Amino acid sequence: MVELVAQMPLDGLDVSLGDARLVEMDLGPVTLLSAGQDSDLAQALQAAHGLSWPAPGGVVEQGEARILWFGLGQALLIGIVPNPSLGDHAALTDQSDAWAAMALSGPNARSVLVRLTPLDLRDGAFAVGRTARTMLQHMGCSLTRTGADAYLILVMRSMAASAAHDLTDAMAMVAARQTT
Amino acid sequence: MRVVGKGRVDRDAPLNFTFDGKAMRGFQGDTLASALMANGQKLVGRSFKYHRPRGILTAGSEEPNALMEIGAGDDWIPNTRATVQELYQGLTARSQNRWPSLDRDVLSVNDLFAPFLGAGFYYKTFMWPKTFWEKVYEPTIRKAAGLGMLPQAHDLIRHEKAFAHCDLLVIGAGPTGLMAARAGAEAGADVILIDDQTEPGGRLLSEIEEIDGLPGWRWAREQAAELRQMGVQIMPRTTVTGAYDGGVYGALELVGHHLAERPEHLPLECFWRITARATVLAAGALERPIAFANNDRPGIMMAGAMRSYLHRWGVVPGQDVAVFGSTQSARRTARDLVEAGLNATLIDPREEAGAPPDVRLIAGAQIRDTNGRKGVTGIHLTTGRMIPCDAVAMSGGWTPSVHLTCHINTRPVWQEDIAAFVPAPDAVPGLIAAGACNGTYDTGGCLAAGLEAAGVAVEKLGLRPSFTDLPKVEGTPAQDHPIWHVAGPGRAWLDFQNDVTTKDVTLAAQENFVSVEHMKRYTTQGMAPDQGKNSNIGALAVLADVTGRSIPETGTTTYRPPFVPVTLGAMGAGARGKGFAPERLTTSHASSVARGAPMIEAGLWYRPSYFPQAGETTWRLSCDREVGYVRQAVGICDVSTLGKIDIQGADAGAFLDFIYTNRFSTLKPGRVRYGLMLREDGHVMDDGTTACLGAGHYVMTTTTAAAGAVMAHLEFVRQGLRSDWDVHLTSVSEQWAQFAVAGPKSRDLLNTLLDQPVDNDSFPFMACGTVRVCGVDGRLFRISFSGEHAYEVAVPARYGDSLFRLLVSQAEAMGGGAYGMEALNVLRIEKGFITHAEITGRVTAFDIGMDRMISAKTDCIGKAASRRPGLLDPARERMVGLKPVDSGDLTAGAHLYPVGEKAVPTQDQGYVTSVGYSPTLGHSIGLGFVHHGPERMGEELRMIDALRDVEIPVVICDPVFVDPDGGRARG
Repeated sequence: MVELVAQMPLDGLDVSLGDARLVEMDLGPVTLLSAGQDSDLAQALQAAHGLSWPAPGGVVEQGEARILWFGLGQALLIGIVPNPSLGDHAALTDQSDAWAAMALSGPNARSVLVRLTPLDLRDGAFAVGRTARTMLQHMGCSLTRTGADAYLILVMRSMAASAAHDLTDAMAMVAARQTT
Repeated sequence: MRVVGKGRVDRDAPLNFTFDGKAMRGFQGDTLASALMANGQKLVGRSFKYHRPRGILTAGSEEPNALMEIGAGDDWIPNTRATVQELYQGLTARSQNRWPSLDRDVLSVNDLFAPFLGAGFYYKTFMWPKTFWEKVYEPTIRKAAGLGMLPQAHDLIRHEKAFAHCDLLVIGAGPTGLMAARAGAEAGADVILIDDQTEPGGRLLSEIEEIDGLPGWRWAREQAAELRQMGVQIMPRTTVTGAYDGGVYGALELVGHHLAERPEHLPLECFWRITARATVLAAGALERPIAFANNDRPGIMMAGAMRSYLHRWGVVPGQDVAVFGSTQSARRTARDLVEAGLNATLIDPREEAGAPPDVRLIAGAQIRDTNGRKGVTGIHLTTGRMIPCDAVAMSGGWTPSVHLTCHINTRPVWQEDIAAFVPAPDAVPGLIAAGACNGTYDTGGCLAAGLEAAGVAVEKLGLRPSFTDLPKVEGTPAQDHPIWHVAGPGRAWLDFQNDVTTKDVTLAAQENFVSVEHMKRYTTQGMAPDQGKNSNIGALAVLADVTGRSIPETGTTTYRPPFVPVTLGAMGAGARGKGFAPERLTTSHASSVARGAPMIEAGLWYRPSYFPQAGETTWRLSCDREVGYVRQAVGICDVSTLGKIDIQGADAGAFLDFIYTNRFSTLKPGRVRYGLMLREDGHVMDDGTTACLGAGHYVMTTTTAAAGAVMAHLEFVRQGLRSDWDVHLTSVSEQWAQFAVAGPKSRDLLNTLLDQPVDNDSFPFMACGTVRVCGVDGRLFRISFSGEHAYEVAVPARYGDSLFRLLVSQAEAMGGGAYGMEALNVLRIEKGFITHAEITGRVTAFDIGMDRMISAKTDCIGKAASRRPGLLDPARERMVGLKPVDSGDLTAGAHLYPVGEKAVPTQDQGYVTSVGYSPTLGHSIGLGFVHHGPERMGEELRMIDALRDVEIPVVICDPVFVDPDGGRARG
């Protein structure tokens, strides 16, 4: 029997320009949890995975698992396959192939992002562990600050090439400024 | 000429540049303007209308005369102000608006005809013959008037845009701004300090008065260094261009203009959008020219600018300088010139005027006229004296730069004691104007004002103001006596950039354009890049005089953004060409491109038009072949671009019943149903299939075009209309790669890939279910957009590329292959299936023959509105099929008229929406809408495409051309 070959949205992109690096990430399983009304999803999540439900703009991590706030009543569970028992409290939708994920890191990372997103990225407004749905140039994205100089960017898979182009373009311009 | 011992240019770093092909030398630290002055180049440009010889007037971004083209070859930047352009090795500058040369400009004859060319000249003169305006007059005038030329090549220069956020934005790094930034930073605010110069200091850079015992420039430099230590973000070479709602400011940063060698990826400019919680405006003030006859000769400049050139760059325009004014600036200029070893004569109209030591004073006199064509050679005083000189410094007074405070429509207020407009308080929410832009002109007052403004701002931010000490300042404030204009014969310029004189303003008033806004439009004073920086108040004063009103009664015109010219390249940075919008690529994109398929845009998506093969000379040949694959063997098409919405919840069935016109709550798991949805107004919104995957779990497909709109509609209904229901919506368009496998051999093909083969019993028409495709969990839907026995197979997107290649190679082995959008379109027209070419937004279910799909039993969105009699009128344009009577091709967009009648709108019977050549039938077919359509089967009409100049006779027929009973899809 023939086998189907899996392909990453960006073919494993890894670019360094100046003091910034952009690397495609394989997040493993990604599931959108959409909580019902008066849902006791938070307790179920705690019981099944030891994760608490993220507050708006928040991220919760536990071992391999990470859960990002993703909108009103919605969160993105990353890194683990959800326990089917969660299905009693939420609609679970597999999104493992829907999002292209990139890690942007380095001392220039923030300078690169301010060229593409109107979000206030200062420490007081977007501390490590914060997440937001915002714009990246002309497309919607999910942006998470994973470290002092590190961000996780999720964009729609079909737009991954445009996103990578916009990001590397901004990286090149920021890097060029360093040389003058 | 250079002045020994003056200026802070680096005399050890000479730079070569050219001006109009002439080789010149300057130093690192020069602007193009200061370098031209050092080389004795007084004549730097020609004026807009009269082609008058012009020299450098100012030392800043307000410069109206010294506009140049910078760059060589096919790529240059026009209208660059030489006063802003920093000199670099190899810079190439060209003067503008002259032919054949700056020195001998043919159109300078315009100046001789000046009596005929006053304001309003065009409107009065070029009235007739009417047809001449577009063909003769306008092109000629446009050629004669104007400034720099645009390069004809595409602008490939890189620009950038960026966002910034801060607690306190300080605009201007003069004494006021530096102090405000310091106070803000000491209070703990996050501060951005913006300045248009290369170094901080503002006016301090041009004066010799000391602060805290240091020269102004050194004090400013030390302050800036300390501010950086405190975390203040200082942005040099940046000009705030506009103030907008919500504390948002636009700013233009010049990033690469000053570099001889720009790194490949360095942007030329960056357009910033800055959001600030509080702002201190410390934009300073501009010195005002005095309107006397022939005040525009090269060598005549602003007094404050002359000090800038002397102290910053060590250059002066001449050795014998007449200084005209009754201001501290005039006195300081005369003093500093004498101190530098030059001759200065101070002309002050006040009899009681005094002068600094060693300055020759002529009190009680004014300049009434000047001599010298390409450079001033002398002045005539009102006393009758004539004084030879080679430069004139003038100082009418100061005009606060209130521009930004007017950008959201507040007018400045007149302050009588300084004879100037100052910002209205709270003109821009969150912005406090301080220092010279607020009418405080002395350095000590500015430092205090900056401190105070920042104190108010930080308190509003909820911070505690710091106790910052005020530096000690040399010099004391002095009373200025404004001079607006000197009456007398001859033309006295107000607006140098637009060639507007006092006579033009007077003429405007005489012709009853007495409102300041009308005067502006009649004369063009203060328009375009100038935005009244140099001329506004002077023109107002003249208008006020002529109309017998005071200046505040006369009012000001509106200052509009941008404060300085902003290139479109900077505003649209990153959006050139394909940067205009993101590209959405399917997983089969690379494979389709590799097969030579021309990719066409479908919204943001790219889809293959057709897959050409060797020997096929037209797209039609490819399309016909691909249609044949589906009708006779098997074809493969990527349908991933269709919207896919996962719908879950206890009320999902009820939700679908409410969205669609037909019932879905009765749909059993493992089955698919076609659905039609209406807008609230009863017209068709979209159509598609929805599959029931399990109890309370559906997947809806939408058309590619309407995917976003349908998702928004569903969310509106869920959140706004039925928030009591348990429904969850998730877009899964990106999760699944989905391919149509269509044709009589589709099942045979699929069964080579499925872990469990399917047959007609286990998988009948309109069945769906989960399957394993080559070991991967996927979904299979037996649906058909071609009318053939067909499936759509979906796998997680990571396997899309692999599955597409596999499907196509299997299909090719079975006599089929990939098909593109052209074939897909022909296949669906042959079956009379609609797309958004038919459901354009003004079409109802009744019009497309689907009225019976509106369920009688349940209510749905749009149902009530769709029952309106006008929407059910049999006379409406309703969908039919169309085919040629004999031969010929139908064209989409053509209109239909009765045979034997004229093709006029009153006879219009309808229009053609979709056409294609049916290889199955061997002739052209189409879909269209015709009044009473279905009642007119077999009737002949004239199809006329006025756009393409095509006419053929057509006949109305059933829209289903192939397999009307649908047996092939079920087979």
